[in-house]
Amino acid sequence: MTSSKIDAKIPGGSLEDKWTTYRSTVHLVNPSNKRNLEVIVVGSGLAGASAASSLAELGYKVKVFCFQDSPRRAHSIAAQGGINAAKNYQNDGDSTYRLFYDTIKGGDYRAREANVYRLAEVSGNIIDQCVAQGVPFAREYGGLLSNRSFGGTQVQRTFYAAGQTGQQLLLGAYSSLQRQVGMGTVKMYTRHEMLDVVTIDGKCRGIIARDLVTGKLERHFGHAVLLCSGGYGNVFYLSTNAMGSNVTAAWKAHKKGAFFGNPCFTQIHPTCIPVSGDHQSKLTLMSESLRNDGRIWVPKKKDDPRKPADIPEDERDYYLERRYPAFGNLVPRDVASRAAKERCDAGYGVGTSKMAVYLDFAFNTKRYGQVEANKRNLHNPSEEEIIRLGKEVVKEKYGNLFDMYEQITGENPYEMPMRIYPAVHYTMGGLWVNYNLMTTVPGLYALGEANFSDHGANRLGASALMQGLADGYFVIPYTIGDYLSEEIRTKAIPTDHEAFVEAEARVQESIDKLMNIRGTKSVDHFHKKLGKIMWDKCGMARNVEGLKSAIEEIRELRAEFWKDVRIPGTANEFNPELEKAGRVADFLELGELMCKDALERNESCGGHFREEYQTEEGEALRDDENYAYVAAWEYMGDSKYELHKEDLKFENIKIAQRSYK
Amino acid sequence: MSSFTKMFSSSIGNKILVALTGLFLCSFLIIHVSGNLQLFYHDNGMAFNTYTVFMTTNPLIKTVSYILYVSILFHAFKGLHLAYKNKKARPVSYAVTNASANSHWTSRNMGVLGTILLVFIVVHMSDFWYEYKFGHLPFVKYEKNLTTGEITSSPFQGQISGKQEQYVVEAENKEVTIVKDLYAEVQEEFKNPLMVALYVIAMAAVSFHLFHGFKSGFQTLGLNHKKYNGIIRFLALYVFAIIIPVTFAAMPVYFFLK
Amino acid sequence: MSGNMNLTLKVWRQKNKDSKGLLETYNVKNISPDMSFLEMFDVLNEELITKGEEPIAFDHDCREGICGMCSMYINGRPHGPKRGVTTCQLHMRSFKDGDTIVVEPWRATAFPVIKDLSVDRSAFDRIIASGGFVSVNTGNARDANNIPIPKDDADTAFDAAACIGCGACVAACKNASAMLFVSAKVSQLALLPQGQPERYMRVQSMVGQMDEEGFGNCTNTGACEAECPKGISLSNIARMNRDYIAAGLGSE
Repeated sequence: MTSSKIDAKIPGGSLEDKWTTYRSTVHLVNPSNKRNLEVIVVGSGLAGASAASSLAELGYKVKVFCFQDSPRRAHSIAAQGGINAAKNYQNDGDSTYRLFYDTIKGGDYRAREANVYRLAEVSGNIIDQCVAQGVPFAREYGGLLSNRSFGGTQVQRTFYAAGQTGQQLLLGAYSSLQRQVGMGTVKMYTRHEMLDVVTIDGKCRGIIARDLVTGKLERHFGHAVLLCSGGYGNVFYLSTNAMGSNVTAAWKAHKKGAFFGNPCFTQIHPTCIPVSGDHQSKLTLMSESLRNDGRIWVPKKKDDPRKPADIPEDERDYYLERRYPAFGNLVPRDVASRAAKERCDAGYGVGTSKMAVYLDFAFNTKRYGQVEANKRNLHNPSEEEIIRLGKEVVKEKYGNLFDMYEQITGENPYEMPMRIYPAVHYTMGGLWVNYNLMTTVPGLYALGEANFSDHGANRLGASALMQGLADGYFVIPYTIGDYLSEEIRTKAIPTDHEAFVEAEARVQESIDKLMNIRGTKSVDHFHKKLGKIMWDKCGMARNVEGLKSAIEEIRELRAEFWKDVRIPGTANEFNPELEKAGRVADFLELGELMCKDALERNESCGGHFREEYQTEEGEALRDDENYAYVAAWEYMGDSKYELHKEDLKFENIKIAQRSYK
Repeated sequence: MSSFTKMFSSSIGNKILVALTGLFLCSFLIIHVSGNLQLFYHDNGMAFNTYTVFMTTNPLIKTVSYILYVSILFHAFKGLHLAYKNKKARPVSYAVTNASANSHWTSRNMGVLGTILLVFIVVHMSDFWYEYKFGHLPFVKYEKNLTTGEITSSPFQGQISGKQEQYVVEAENKEVTIVKDLYAEVQEEFKNPLMVALYVIAMAAVSFHLFHGFKSGFQTLGLNHKKYNGIIRFLALYVFAIIIPVTFAAMPVYFFLK
Repeated sequence: MSGNMNLTLKVWRQKNKDSKGLLETYNVKNISPDMSFLEMFDVLNEELITKGEEPIAFDHDCREGICGMCSMYINGRPHGPKRGVTTCQLHMRSFKDGDTIVVEPWRATAFPVIKDLSVDRSAFDRIIASGGFVSVNTGNARDANNIPIPKDDADTAFDAAACIGCGACVAACKNASAMLFVSAKVSQLALLPQGQPERYMRVQSMVGQMDEEGFGNCTNTGACEAECPKGISLSNIARMNRDYIAAGLGSE
């Protein structure tokens, strides 16, 4: 039974008509009223920048906050492989329904049907919008857009710009945003961090932000606040997230009443560069698109000392192709990651750490070389010629990724296979939102990775960009009207209102508290420790004992943090250590909730793999009877959380054991 | 502000003017060096001296030469002005720079090279141009035997109405040309080793200045094309950085050794 | 710690934008060649914190060479000795045991120092806000395949669009000129059909804003191209000049 405290507000009607009907009937705000309504956007990534520019275009007064020195630095920029859209340009049978189906199935049946269908519906518009902004997607010789395939699908629906798709999409959204900044309809606050939301009479009315350069606290009023602050993968310390990516905005909102949805659903990406030592500060992803052309294998013999090139074909175990013949190397991320872990745990890993598998391009390099030779009318090309041509093709497709790999590892991936291992990449969980993307706090919204909504228990590749932009460009501009149309009579509330004063005082208090600890250990010391607990006990595989002890360990670590952390400098200046401390303090609370959520969910699904619940072949074993729900956690004070369930109904899709065999 | 004023007062507009004047000066150098090749004739300077008269009296060339003077002044002072503004764009300089890793030193020292050239041009013009126009250069009388083509010269002490007088003495079958003797001034000037040294150094500066400047001018005007960049680089190196300055430098050396 | 390299660092320390800075010397020990340059700074900062000193402030975020936030001028070159690499992707194997490394912030009037190695690059945002976009509101777009774009144009536009806005071009330029950055955006949009309607207006506004910010003038030294971590080509500057001339001569 869905908890009475949450209402997903899913419109009625058939799945195909829900969004259209909703759009045609949702309340509107007339243009002259829009000018008096203020919207605060926290975060300037794909979701934030697209929402801010779209709302400003509509006429709302918008303020945007980001902690980086420019909105263009948001971590969406690092997405590599591509963005999905059900355009069916390749004539391979794609459709809105198929994208919807793949996403629900990929998410292991833990996402809300209506949201996902809407996402698939607007996916095509995103590509149109981006092309119109001048995003230079890859094209074929005929001048039309090119596609590639990604994991968990059997069609080619991924649009891309070399290995820098996220960058190009973000720069498109950023340019739209800057256009509004130039026109004065958006006010941009860079190097600002949101440290609390302000609620008045139960509604969200603004935020407290810290100017990171001067250290001053600022109060900002908004009729609505949009959190587009990304995911919380950095709770693991090592992840593919940017160093600054954090949960603080979402966590502060959570503590002010916004429920947190499915916190334990984290995505471990199968193709990352393995950890090289203790000094490691972050992990680097090698795009999933590489799995299009790379074959993953380990030697059939344990501890095989030979160089990869010297291991003959029949002594290699292409384990994904072996286990999942239908999808092969393109199984979804959770499946690929677990399979890699399984091989390494069984002792077949490669490299010095033995915690890596090979991603090998030799086969496809040759194949491409042959095709290219035909294209260029070269008859009887030599073996070297073919490989040279093939390398050119591979370079064009993935050049920047190969360069990056070589830079980090010192090995040339054109000559030898890459070594890869799974790493924390994305968090499907996030603030619980209804169909309108509103959290349980009226007027407070969450968009993009910051919300929990569309990816269920596992996100398919190239869907994060799609969701971020869908939320910002095509969902929030409509759904926000539902709320703001009721707010046209609310005058801007002066920030000397006691709610603002009080919220600022509390933020100041917690900063003072941090500064006054003057302990002996750096923030990173605690962050690393937390990361290790999370990775070992709430990472790729979880079990009851591990999770229980993790909760204890996190509590101890948190207590130690508040006694012994050392933050140099003062709070009234540019102080990166203080920023980090605030973020790690929040991670130390979130980590506990993640473990709690993982403990509560007695099943395996998507990125959440509970060792107790697996099939004989080691596949995830879902329990649809008891766990087909979204776990929405309410904050009830220190270490106290109450679980509310939103039942998931699958009316348009047959729920089934997920199989990629 | 009109579109033109706006354009030419911007950073790119300023640079376009520097590029245009610079390339114009480059084209002038081609004329200048080809004309001055006549210094190497064994005719006691007759060809050179009569050419000089032509260059200073032809109305079209006179007009162009005024444009040239303005261009030199504009190019020099605008260049220095931009160099000054560029300095201001980085008030605190780096403690360590390794600029040779990313750029050619000529490109970084256009201001210095240009200043050397400006000094040189002042000396050069006061020695020759000013002397020729306002100084008291002697006249020389050439007598050319119309049958053999043999030329003899002798100093001419009298006065003539312009810079040049030419007539044929049919009885003696010869053509007489009386002309201001700049050639003698050249010969005189380059007996001084210091002058020769100054000229050779200045031509080295020309070489380096043009090696970058010629290519740079095209880039500033937006003329950068994969197919033609090779030609521009070729011209910059062989014509403007080698042939022209070496030929110019050969002149003082020739007279010094003569 | 895993490594065996010992290094002497001379790092620019400056409390805030109004104070004077100076180079301070630090010794770091046991550095692994597999560390990135920024991870080496993490090690140094950890030590400074433990000793009770203030850590060195430097900008960084993605640490995979794409966000453009990292910005150190290392031994006289932006992003250090390797070509085509940002500071976060520079690894210590590019240095030798015993090396002395001088690290300074980007220096330009238009990039004031915030603290230590952090500088304010908001000038770049203002330049983009002045015209670095296509004026298309959300929902205006037609089908993405309506206008075919020749692959070469799309590829060249992409090459220009690869700019990460780090400011290495300004840092490398002896004149602190921002022409490579501005021209990359101008070129990207000039090469695509979507950018045509505002093509000439755009180049004029962006150059106007660039001048206002106090960047120097381009003297075509080519240092920007050589130091650009994304290999943005000088031909973009020529294209911008061309468009600027066309705009000045053609517009009313």
